[in-house]
Amino acid sequence: MSTKPFLNIDHVNKIFPLGKGKEYVALRDVKLEIRENEIVSIIGHSGCGKSTLLNMIAGLDTISEGVILLEDREINAPGPERAVVFQNHSLLPWLTVYQNIEMAVKKVRDDLNPKEVKEHVMKYIDLVNLDHAKDKYPGEISGGMKQRVGIARALSIEPKVLLMDEPFGALDSLTRANLQDHLMRIQMQTGNTVVIITHDVDEAVLLSDRVIMMTNGPEATIGEILEVNLPRPRERLTLQHNEEYLRCRGAIVEFLYSKFAKHDD
Amino acid sequence: MLLRTINIVALPTLLFGVLIAVWSTVANQIQGFPPPMEVWNELLVVLSDPMYDNGAGDQGIALQLLSSLKRVFGGFALAIAVGIPVGLLIGMSKMAQTAFNPYIQILKPVSPLAWLPLALFVFKDVDMTAIFVIFITSIWPIIINTALGVRSVSEDYLNVAKVLQLTAFEKVFQIILPVAVPFIFTGMRLSLGIAWLVIVAAEMLTGGLGIGFWIWDEYNNLNYSHIIIGIILIGVVGYILDTIMGFIADHFDYRKRGRV
Ligand SMILES: Nc1ncnc2c1ncn2[C@@H]1O[C@H](COP(=O)(O)OP(=O)(O)OP(=O)(O)O)[C@@H](O)[C@H]1O
Ligand SMILES: [Mg+2]
Repeated sequence: MSTKPFLNIDHVNKIFPLGKGKEYVALRDVKLEIRENEIVSIIGHSGCGKSTLLNMIAGLDTISEGVILLEDREINAPGPERAVVFQNHSLLPWLTVYQNIEMAVKKVRDDLNPKEVKEHVMKYIDLVNLDHAKDKYPGEISGGMKQRVGIARALSIEPKVLLMDEPFGALDSLTRANLQDHLMRIQMQTGNTVVIITHDVDEAVLLSDRVIMMTNGPEATIGEILEVNLPRPRERLTLQHNEEYLRCRGAIVEFLYSKFAKHDD
Repeated sequence: MLLRTINIVALPTLLFGVLIAVWSTVANQIQGFPPPMEVWNELLVVLSDPMYDNGAGDQGIALQLLSSLKRVFGGFALAIAVGIPVGLLIGMSKMAQTAFNPYIQILKPVSPLAWLPLALFVFKDVDMTAIFVIFITSIWPIIINTALGVRSVSEDYLNVAKVLQLTAFEKVFQIILPVAVPFIFTGMRLSLGIAWLVIVAAEMLTGGLGIGFWIWDEYNNLNYSHIIIGIILIGVVGYILDTIMGFIADHFDYRKRGRV
């Protein structure tokens, strides 16, 4: 694993103008260096600005102050080197699973001939084990399968960074566990750099090399960064009683529910 | 099952009986009002030679309907050609929406027939006038529904377009149109329905040819059974038009192909 900053979030502020001269400072002085091939998760209470931060990395939201660099190049617009997996999968319902991925591949990889496009698409459908569903429409497959297609589409354009905003949030816990395993296996194979937003403490520990814990807004920022020193591949079952796993879990719970407990207001 | 058959066959038949009874009573009361049987016999006569052509003002019923349909489709096609691009523009650009909206709001409630004298003066041609009136009739629902369709494209799909860096052209054809097409067809179906209503009135005013003219002409000839025949045929043609449009609309609607 290389140690040079690959994705560099440098003193970033996000200020939303509220009209009538008022403004809301959502994020203040966020500073984070993410290494290549790293899986980083961002955890924090609802409304602290996780999505805002991810959208700025994606280029879908503007940066008010500061700068975000990917391999030393400033981010100021969306682009295929930063693929996003949205919470609600956002597959195009009038295209089949195959066509959804094909559309992305055709646009981003204009160097491929038709035969290569087909092979490329099938490779990523394979990766998420959806061969049997490739000709189905999004309306005909389960939520978990849709999310897998969303991941396959994002990976098929071979991004430098995979950005995921609560990708498994809408799924039941069994499907969620299944997708977490898929994600870890795929990341081992492809070596992607992954930034994933989650609400789920176990998910954060299981998936991440580092867990970024955010304080509450307004003026939310990074509170603590936790290194998860667990070898890969990780096995959900054996982790249950692993000391390091329990230590990490404890640290996050402590942060979220004691240091930065959020009381419903 | 049996009950359903009874409902489908028996109820309309029953109602038909009531209708004929009321009609016969009215015919008895009003001197010269054609009774059902007379209209039926006339209908067979009219339909037996629908394509005859004795020159201007004296043509078979099919030719009259066809000439009305030609005008409707002329104006309708023009309205599609203008309305869809304008609707796309308004839906995609806040600026275009601000620019066009006041005019659309003011012109939309104007009866298309109000344009007829002006069109007649400008074109000095009955066909052109009718086509223009149908164009004005059809264009508003097409513009409004197209714009609505564009605005109903979810933010998620647009984000997909942004991440993939689709060009404006690709965005329109790969993201916006698939979502907007069902809305556009709804607008077209509405337009065609109103156009078929309006053409009858327009042709009564312009004269010459067409089913509207035919009905008015038969009024002047005191041939009341032909008026009733005209009403029935207009209804049947309108129903067929709407069914065809609905069929086409469903074909282009991804949601109606069992995939949500
Ligand atoms: N366009 C906007 N205008 C004003 N305030 C906004 C806007 N977008 C987000 N905010 C505010 O910024 C804060 C952060 O929002 P964000 O959606 O990033 O939170 P989050 O951490 O992703 O929450 P959740 O876990 O519920 O998804 C919230 O308080 C929200 O109200
Ligand atoms: Mg969020």
